[in-house]
Amino acid sequence: MQAILQYGFYLIILVVLAIPLGSYMGKVMNGEKVFLSKILLPCENFIYRMLKIDKKEDMHWKKYAMCTLAFNAIGFAFLYLLLVLQRFLPLNPENIEGNSWHLAFNTASSFITNTNWQAYSGENALSYFSQMMGLTVQNFVSAAVGIVVLFALIRGFVRVEEKGVGNFFIDMTRTILYVLIPLSIVVTLGIASQGVVQSFKPYETVTLVEPIELEDGSVVTEQVVPLGPAASQIAIKQLGTNGGGFMGANSAHPLENPTPFSNLLEMISILLIPAALCFTFGRNVKDKKQGIAIFSAMFIMLVIALSVIAVNEHAATPQLAQEGAVNILAENQAGGNMEGKEARFGIATSGTWAAFTTAASNGSVNSMHDSYTPIGGMVTMLLMQLGEVVFGGVGCGLYGMLGFAILTVFIAGLMVGRTPEYLGKKIEPFEMKMAVLVCLATPIGILVGSGIAALIPTIADSLNNSGAHGFSELLYAYSSAGGNNGSAFAGFNANTPFLNVSIGIVMLFARFAPMVATLAIAGSLVGKKKVAVSVGTLPTHNALFVALLIFIVLLIGALSFFPALALGPIAEYFQMIA
Amino acid sequence: MESMNKVLLRVLGFFLILTVLCGGIYTFAMTGVVQVLFNEKANGSIIQIDGKKYGSSLLGQQYTDMGHMWGRIMNIDTGTYTDDDGNPVMYAGPSNISPAGEGYEALVAERVEMIRAAHPEKGDAPIPVDLVTSSGSGLDPHISLAAAEYQITRIANNSDHSEEEIRAIVEKYTTGRFLGVLGEPVVNVLKVNLALDGILK
Repeated sequence: MQAILQYGFYLIILVVLAIPLGSYMGKVMNGEKVFLSKILLPCENFIYRMLKIDKKEDMHWKKYAMCTLAFNAIGFAFLYLLLVLQRFLPLNPENIEGNSWHLAFNTASSFITNTNWQAYSGENALSYFSQMMGLTVQNFVSAAVGIVVLFALIRGFVRVEEKGVGNFFIDMTRTILYVLIPLSIVVTLGIASQGVVQSFKPYETVTLVEPIELEDGSVVTEQVVPLGPAASQIAIKQLGTNGGGFMGANSAHPLENPTPFSNLLEMISILLIPAALCFTFGRNVKDKKQGIAIFSAMFIMLVIALSVIAVNEHAATPQLAQEGAVNILAENQAGGNMEGKEARFGIATSGTWAAFTTAASNGSVNSMHDSYTPIGGMVTMLLMQLGEVVFGGVGCGLYGMLGFAILTVFIAGLMVGRTPEYLGKKIEPFEMKMAVLVCLATPIGILVGSGIAALIPTIADSLNNSGAHGFSELLYAYSSAGGNNGSAFAGFNANTPFLNVSIGIVMLFARFAPMVATLAIAGSLVGKKKVAVSVGTLPTHNALFVALLIFIVLLIGALSFFPALALGPIAEYFQMIA
Repeated sequence: MESMNKVLLRVLGFFLILTVLCGGIYTFAMTGVVQVLFNEKANGSIIQIDGKKYGSSLLGQQYTDMGHMWGRIMNIDTGTYTDDDGNPVMYAGPSNISPAGEGYEALVAERVEMIRAAHPEKGDAPIPVDLVTSSGSGLDPHISLAAAEYQITRIANNSDHSEEEIRAIVEKYTTGRFLGVLGEPVVNVLKVNLALDGILK
């Protein structure tokens, strides 16, 4: 019962905060005045002056796409060099060596694509300088890139017979200054008040209460306390659906997420912007019901996924229960499957996070998904495989879902024999081709990637578990890359040349193919006339459309992944109960 | 129409400005503010008494002494970090084992046997699940109330404290749910053990 209260609380607070933020971001997108304008407008104009940016320029979609790609290419090169050369750069009190070429390739791909898959452990592989000037920066800008591409798409629906889809520089600057930085400051202060570290000092060592004797007879008397500028990075990694932990154990680490209050802030931050953007969309296409419809479809899928995870984790497994020798009931304890979960979070708070982080393409964790029950773990995987459209990444989740919406009106249009239209714009072959690319990039990336990897004999060395669960670890890795999620069945050792390179390529493909396709749709729509609503128009704001949309999303996900899931989590489930 | 090079140069300049803003100014400003407002917490929540650092109240340690309270199962890592003199120092990580496998069943059975042997007074009473599982970080500093209560008689039998004294200590280092709803009530194991040893008063 207590657990149900917690689930309800988290969901309600999410909706309550997302609605006002959605309308705020709508104003930011249009350049309307907001309460922060007084302070931030001078900063904004300063940046434009420095770079001689013409505020009146309205970019054709091709120029917008070129700026986006060039910006990411530069970001990639900069981050790659930083990681390889960190030994020679400042703020490296632990004298950490440079990354190998393949690890740096993987990490750079991972952070520019907003995935934040981590084949390394932050405490022992990255200097403070790499964390702040490399990763924190990409946490901000990769999130902003997702949001501005969505803005361009929204303009495609709103504008009539125009050429431009917006100005890349202005959209980016406003998103970062007015949305991401202010929210990050609030979250940083909140979580630092709870005990998240924020320091440039070298790691501390402290005396152990009980010294540990090793097998060779030597005695360890001290423990390491890792430090670093963590809180500021954690704030944006949660808000920007990035998810890359400052520490290897991510937000399960007590120095990254020490209390239920810090957890509340970090967890709500996962879905806050993706949920709010649904309302931004409704506001700025001047039909709030359209935003609510998309939000409802996402929210319904989230609640279903969360319920399945919750039921399975509370029930735990026969292997853990030991025929009653272990108490798994919620009696003065959380009970349930506590393997890989922190005592202060228990089942409800861990399970909610697992659903949020895989629904959004965040990928941070506060419990270890590798140690979830077979079905609980499968749901986290499925949420990624659906294409990260159950809220999904900031911006990219919603433009992915709008791709599915286009697909839905097309299929519905076929059934009744009319030209499909969405928000008053005719959907024609060009938009359809691009929408299919948006929707299928993730399944293609996941299936091709994991299919090839499964053929490599040495892959078995990377697995932490054997049998069906071992296959799940592999499938999860590529699902995470293809969904640009970044979470892991973390027992999987991903730091090998083959895995680093192949997972890196999947991440890049799954990020940039849909992104360019989305801008192409925006560019095509922006030049079209508005068609008047007629009796033949399929309404896209009612319950029927929401149901259709959910159906299409699940259909594509289920068809693509059922065979693979049967070999992994489903097989493990039947072994478990046998 | 601007030349391609001009646009690329502008994108490069834009990236560098954002790097300075989001990486440099933001991080340094936040560090400054947090160091002033929450100094002890920003530096690892270390328990320091008379100049000696007794651990971080947020990081779990391994306890096997019969007179101490025990925490979550730990996977000790002594191979990654060393102190200034090159001696290994302790860290830990999660198990990442599937809770549905046969190997796991055997592992938990072993832990059940070990804990039952140390708590004969408990007989066949079911063991709270926290005591036989690894945490998500591997460094969980807490256990549930049930897991603490389970150990009290054993600690009393092996130390100078009575059960009432130990219960009072446990209560002192228990934190409840946030707003009475979120998260789980937990006991800080390090603080309890430092109090049992008479270090933390």
